[in-house]
Amino acid sequence: MALRSASTQLLGRAGLLPAAVCNAFHRCMSTSDKFSVEVLPFKAHRIEPPNNVVETSIDELVGMYELMYKMRRMEIAADMMYKAKLIRGFCHLYDGQEAVMTGIEAALTKEDAVITSYRDHCQHLSRGGTVKEVMAELMGKRDGASKGLGGSMHMYNRQANFYGGNGIVGAQIPLGAGLAFALKYQKKPNVAIAMYGDGAANQGQKYEALNMAGLWNLPVIFVCENNHYGMGTAEWRAAKSSTFYTRGDYIPGLKVDGMDVLAVKKSMEFAKAYALEHGPIIMEMDTYRYHGHSMSDPGSTYRTRDEISTMRQERDPVERVRKLLLAKGYDAAAIKAMEKSVKKEVDTAVEEGKAAATPPNEWLWRNVYVAPANMDMRTVEGTYVQPTYDPTYSS
Amino acid sequence: MHTHVRQLQQVQQQHQQQGQQQRQQQHAVHSLSMSEAQAGDTKPLNLCNAVNEALHQAMDSNDKALVFGEDVAFGGVFRCTVGLLERYGRRCFNTPLCEQGIVGFGIGLATQGYTPIAEIQFADYIYPAFDQLVNEAAKYRYRSGGTFTAGGLTVRAPYGAVGHGGHYHSQSVESFFTHVPGLKVVVPSSPAQAKGLLLSCIQDPDPCIFFEPKMLYRTSVEEVPVGEYTIPLGQAQVLREGADITLIGWGAQVHVLAQAAQAVADADGISCEVLDLRTLLPWDVQAVTASVNKTGRLLVSHEAPLSSGFGAELVAEVSRRCFLRLEAPPVRVCGSDTPFPLVFEPLYLPGVERVVDAIRATVRF
Repeated sequence: MALRSASTQLLGRAGLLPAAVCNAFHRCMSTSDKFSVEVLPFKAHRIEPPNNVVETSIDELVGMYELMYKMRRMEIAADMMYKAKLIRGFCHLYDGQEAVMTGIEAALTKEDAVITSYRDHCQHLSRGGTVKEVMAELMGKRDGASKGLGGSMHMYNRQANFYGGNGIVGAQIPLGAGLAFALKYQKKPNVAIAMYGDGAANQGQKYEALNMAGLWNLPVIFVCENNHYGMGTAEWRAAKSSTFYTRGDYIPGLKVDGMDVLAVKKSMEFAKAYALEHGPIIMEMDTYRYHGHSMSDPGSTYRTRDEISTMRQERDPVERVRKLLLAKGYDAAAIKAMEKSVKKEVDTAVEEGKAAATPPNEWLWRNVYVAPANMDMRTVEGTYVQPTYDPTYSS
Repeated sequence: MHTHVRQLQQVQQQHQQQGQQQRQQQHAVHSLSMSEAQAGDTKPLNLCNAVNEALHQAMDSNDKALVFGEDVAFGGVFRCTVGLLERYGRRCFNTPLCEQGIVGFGIGLATQGYTPIAEIQFADYIYPAFDQLVNEAAKYRYRSGGTFTAGGLTVRAPYGAVGHGGHYHSQSVESFFTHVPGLKVVVPSSPAQAKGLLLSCIQDPDPCIFFEPKMLYRTSVEEVPVGEYTIPLGQAQVLREGADITLIGWGAQVHVLAQAAQAVADADGISCEVLDLRTLLPWDVQAVTASVNKTGRLLVSHEAPLSSGFGAELVAEVSRRCFLRLEAPPVRVCGSDTPFPLVFEPLYLPGVERVVDAIRATVRF
C-alpha cells in the first residue's frame, strides 16, 4: 500500500516522467519541497469529501516518522515495564494506532484542544510532552505528566491544550463539545478534538454531545478511532451499524484510512476548516491496536493471531512512512541513526522514571478543595493534619 | 432440595428468630456454610467461582434468567461469567459499552417478567447508570401504583480497593445507593456468602445491587455448599463474639476488622465483637443495636470516604437507640475524604493499624 503511494507521488511535480527519472530527479529536491502522495479515497456521509491527494515533504515525513517511531518504542517499553511489575494497575497501549494521533496533530496547532480516552500515552507525546513524563507517570512518580497522581489513564498538558486522559468510556465526548463551545464563545480560530473508540461510540452520551454540538454549530471534531474491538467485543457484535462515520445522522462524517498518517492529516485539515465554518463533523479512523485492550487482556482470545500479523505486515502505519521515505530516496542510514537516537531517548526516560521520587505523602490531602474542608486527616504517624491547597505542588 | 440446604435454611431461620442467643451458639467463622463443611456436600471455591456457580444455578432453575454486560460472554474481565455462554447460549450475551443502556435495558426486561442479571464491569462505571437505578429501577413499582416492577433486576459490580486500581477501578460506591428507597444493596465478604446472597438477590422481588469485593475474588477461599441455597437479605452476621466493643464492616473490610480484633485481643486483652453487615439496605438494626447494647462501644469501618459514608447512618441510628448504653463516642475508621488515590492507596485505606488505634482510643475513652 505504501509503495503504491510512493509510486504515484510525483504526479503533481514531475508529471509523467518515467520512474527512473523520477528517482534521479527526486534526489535533487530539497527536503522542504512539497510533493504529492495519493491515499485511499475517503468515504463520506452528508458531505463532499476532499480529494485523496496529499501534499507533504521529506521534512514533514521525517518528523512524522520520528514521532510515530517514538510512540511505538515508548509503548513497547511500557509493556516491558508492566510485565516487570514496575508499572501497576491500568495501562492501555496505543501501538498500531500511531498514525491517527500523528496525523491529527499535523493538522492542528497547540491552540486547538484535544481530549481523549484512557488510551492517552501517545496523545501526551504528540502534544509536546516527553517520554520521561509518560514513563514517570506510569510508575507513579512526581516527575510524571500528572505528578504521579494520575497514572496511565490521566495525562494532561494545559499549555498544549491537552485535556487528558479520561477513565470512563465515552465520558470525554460531551466534555469535547464543551471545549468547543468555549473556543467558539471566545471567537478563537480553533477546534476541539474529542477522541473515542468504536466501543464508546455506542454510549448514549455521545449522542447527547452530537446533538448539542450540531444544534449550536460547535467547532468540534469527533474522532472515532475504530480499532474494531471495544475491549474484547468485535464492532459488529456491539454496534447495529458499524459505519461509525454515518452515525451522527444529521452530522456529516468521513471515513479515513487511520493506518495512513497522510490520509489522517489531509482529512483533519479538511475537517478543521469545515468545523470552524459549519460545526461538528465525525471522523472515523480505520485503525488497529496490536496489544490487547489493557494489560490484563492478551488480545488473542477474540481475534486470530493471523489477523494481527497480517495487519502488521500489510498496514503498519510506522513501516508505511519508512517505506515512503526510502522510496523518496531518503537516506536509510539517516533513518537508522534517528531510530537509534529515539531508542536511547526511551531507554533514558525509563531509567529516569525509575529513579524519580514518589510524591510526598502529604499530597494525598492536597488540592482536594481550594478552600479545604473543615476536617482533619490522619497521617501515617497517627497525627492529624488539615487538608491543604497548593496548585503548584511546590512542596 | 438437598438436605444440607434445608439445614442451612433452618440455621438461618433460627438465626433470624432467636437473635443474639442463637448467634452466640454459632461458630464465629466466616460464613454460615462452615457448619456444613463437615457434611461433605461442599467444595472449596474462591469468591469469583462462587459467583460463577450461583449464576449457573440461577440460570439452571430459571429459564428467564439472563446474564449480560461488557464482555461477559467471554467470561468477563474477572472470569465470573465463564462457561455461561457455552451452557446457556444466547441467555448470556455481551452488551455495548454503555452502562446507562445496560441498566435501562435490564429494567425493561424485568418489567416483562424476566430475571436480568446485569454486570457493570467495575462499580466505578456505575455512575452513568445512576439515573436508571435511582429514578427508574427503584421507583418503578411505586410510581406505577404497582402496575409494573423492575424487581427481577440484579446488578452485579466488582468494587473496592485492589492494590493498584487507581481512581476509577477502586471506588466503594455503596453509600450512594443506600440513600435510595426501593433498592437493596448487598455486599458479601466470603465465597459462601457470595453464592447464597447473590442467589437471594436474583430471587428477590426488589431490584438489588450486589457489590463484589474484587480484592477477595481470588484471595478468599472456603468450603461452599454445592447445591442452590440462599442467605436471607437484611441480616447481619456475628463473626466474632466479644464484650468490649462492636466492630462493624462489610465486604473486604470485614477481614481488616477481624485482624484488628485479633491484634487487640493478643496485645491488650480487648474483646471485640465483629459484625458483618452483609446487607446495607435494608440493614439489620436489631443485630447492630443488640451488639452495641452488649458492648457499649461502636466502631464502623469502610473503604469509602468518611464523609457521608454508610458508617454515618449506622452511628446516627446507634446513637439514638443505644444512647444510654454508650460508654464512648461511636467512631468511624474510613477511607480519606480524597479521590481514591493511585500511589497513595495504602495511605488512603483504613488498614489494621488505624483500626487498632481507634479500638484502643475508644475502649480507653
